[in-house]
Amino acid sequence: MPDVELHLSVVNTLLERHKGTPGALLPILHDIQERIGYIPDAAVPEIAHALNQSQAEVRGVISFYHDFRTAPPARHILRLCRAESCKSRGAEQLAAQLRERLQLDDHGSSADGSISLRPVYCLGACACSPALELDGRVHARLSAERLDALLDACREDA
Amino acid sequence: MMPTLYLPTDSLARAVGADEVSTALITQARERNLPLELQRTSSRGLYWLEPLLEVDSPQGRIGFGPLTAADVPSVLEALSSSTEHPLSLGLVEELPYLKTQQRLLFARAGITRPLSLDDYRAHGGFEGLARAVAIGGEQTATAVFDSGLRGRGGAAFPAGIKWRTVRGTQAAQKYIVCNADEGDSGTFADRMLMEGDPFLLIEGMAIAGLCTGATYGYIYVRSEYPDAVATLRNALEIARSNGYLGANVGGSGQAFDMEVRVGAGAYICGEETALLDSLEGKRGVVRAKPPIPALQGLFGQPTLVHNVLTLASAPLILAKGAQFYRDYGMGRSLGTMPFQLAGNVRHGGLVERAFGLTLRELVEGYGGGTASGRPLKAAQVGGPLGAWVPPAQFDTPLDYEAFAAMGAMLGHGGVVVADDTLDMAHMARFAMEFCAEESCGKCTPCRIGSTRGVEVIDRLLAAPDQAGRDQQVIILKDLCDTMQYGSLCALGGMVSFPVASALKYFPADFGLQPSEAEQ
Repeated sequence: MPDVELHLSVVNTLLERHKGTPGALLPILHDIQERIGYIPDAAVPEIAHALNQSQAEVRGVISFYHDFRTAPPARHILRLCRAESCKSRGAEQLAAQLRERLQLDDHGSSADGSISLRPVYCLGACACSPALELDGRVHARLSAERLDALLDACREDA
Repeated sequence: MMPTLYLPTDSLARAVGADEVSTALITQARERNLPLELQRTSSRGLYWLEPLLEVDSPQGRIGFGPLTAADVPSVLEALSSSTEHPLSLGLVEELPYLKTQQRLLFARAGITRPLSLDDYRAHGGFEGLARAVAIGGEQTATAVFDSGLRGRGGAAFPAGIKWRTVRGTQAAQKYIVCNADEGDSGTFADRMLMEGDPFLLIEGMAIAGLCTGATYGYIYVRSEYPDAVATLRNALEIARSNGYLGANVGGSGQAFDMEVRVGAGAYICGEETALLDSLEGKRGVVRAKPPIPALQGLFGQPTLVHNVLTLASAPLILAKGAQFYRDYGMGRSLGTMPFQLAGNVRHGGLVERAFGLTLRELVEGYGGGTASGRPLKAAQVGGPLGAWVPPAQFDTPLDYEAFAAMGAMLGHGGVVVADDTLDMAHMARFAMEFCAEESCGKCTPCRIGSTRGVEVIDRLLAAPDQAGRDQQVIILKDLCDTMQYGSLCALGGMVSFPVASALKYFPADFGLQPSEAEQ
């Protein structure tokens, strides 16, 4: 059960820190997500009040950007690059391998909360495609074997 | 006595094992009691050789690569006994890939440590800023104008005109905004520069600030580049504590400071007006122009918005002079362009050359053809909104106007190479799907057209007979036309490039006879 009180105290500290920051909403949302892991629903009215915006405006921003989550993340987040450069080096086969092995769709999360899949469009690793990002770390020159090894490592510390 | 070793700290070098090589070097040197000096530098951009270890020698740096941690013992053995190693590449700067380049913007790539101010200054750093302070804003703007520099983000608008416009506009507050939302697949030059030579971008922005009278700047970096964000933030602190930012920039008596802002995974924020809205804390929605950002940009104030490479070109232009810069290039495409070779290519990496070399020299010469060894099918130039160019057109010079003339674009200089296994109908469908996913939703052609585009391509591929296919081709071409001329920005406006070029040059992938696609 998430501790709403604790979240609100974190949120309010961050709002205080960004007082006077021009165009503060994205930095605030990033900071909240970094500290709490996602943007809790209870944060929305607080942010709206602090920035003198409507809740709809704040929710509109949260839902517009792919990065912001409104629920706790899985233990591992795997983002396979699906853009042109990686496609030209077999990213679609790797995507199929992921779907098959994890029994998840491209945006799926495992029921036990161990892993979430997210497509990403370019990690800037295009000279060594295909690439993915696992828990913030980029791995390039992927092969089916390396992908399997990375998934094995995820399972071991699950 | 062990020579100094150099290994890149670049995020892509690390993504292929540079940190593991570094750890192995440190541990095994300790075990062998070898005194080790290992510097973590930027990357040369010769990515197919990464992790690329370089070793000082009297003749210059000798390279070893691509290395794995398992190669480290034999490399250390070869170094301490001065014997040959199978992965030795000889003198790095004599490698033809590098030797034939014209590295102006990336002159320090692979040589200096990203956060060493001493390294930066020892290699010409802050000479441009000193010159800008000495000659003043008017002459700085003239130098940028005379250099012929054009916006490197893709639109290729003459930079000097923007600088003069912002400089000539009266306002209580002006801004410099660096567009570092490098979202196009196949491009990584901005990332390399921010991770590898952050002071160059800071110097360029400081010069722009002094020239235009802007006192504050923002670097908007995409969230997919956390290493660039961290490096830039560290570099900003170092620059500030050394007087290159703050109340008295480089002894000019003028103030300029800046910060890094991080995007949140929206491709459209690479469009300059959507980026400005995002910086203001809003959804990244494209603005109608006019007003142009140079007059009413961030928070309604005059704003100079440029790509990373454009701003980073200013120090060089100031230090060496406009004429030096415009001596490179051809026609109205002057200076050098850091081309980026990506996708299914043997030698993926950064190739900085003056405009005017051909696509064939780039892809077949530097790139060495496909990585798979299969026949080359096409190259997509300029990112996801660029055209697929068939090998028959590879003799086109890399020049803004030459590419525009054949219905393609140079964009940010990224080239994605594909072999004959890549299905162009799939890629055309993906272009529309991507546009639908990333559209900001403001204008109808892009918002609705991209979704309809996916559906039309699906119907085309599923059509049972020629009459059915013909009908869908007519609709698809009509849709591309509507999106191209009716969209507010380049996302909807240019998604027709990859779609129409795929249809034109690779009709068989859509199940069409060549004549059907040409109708």
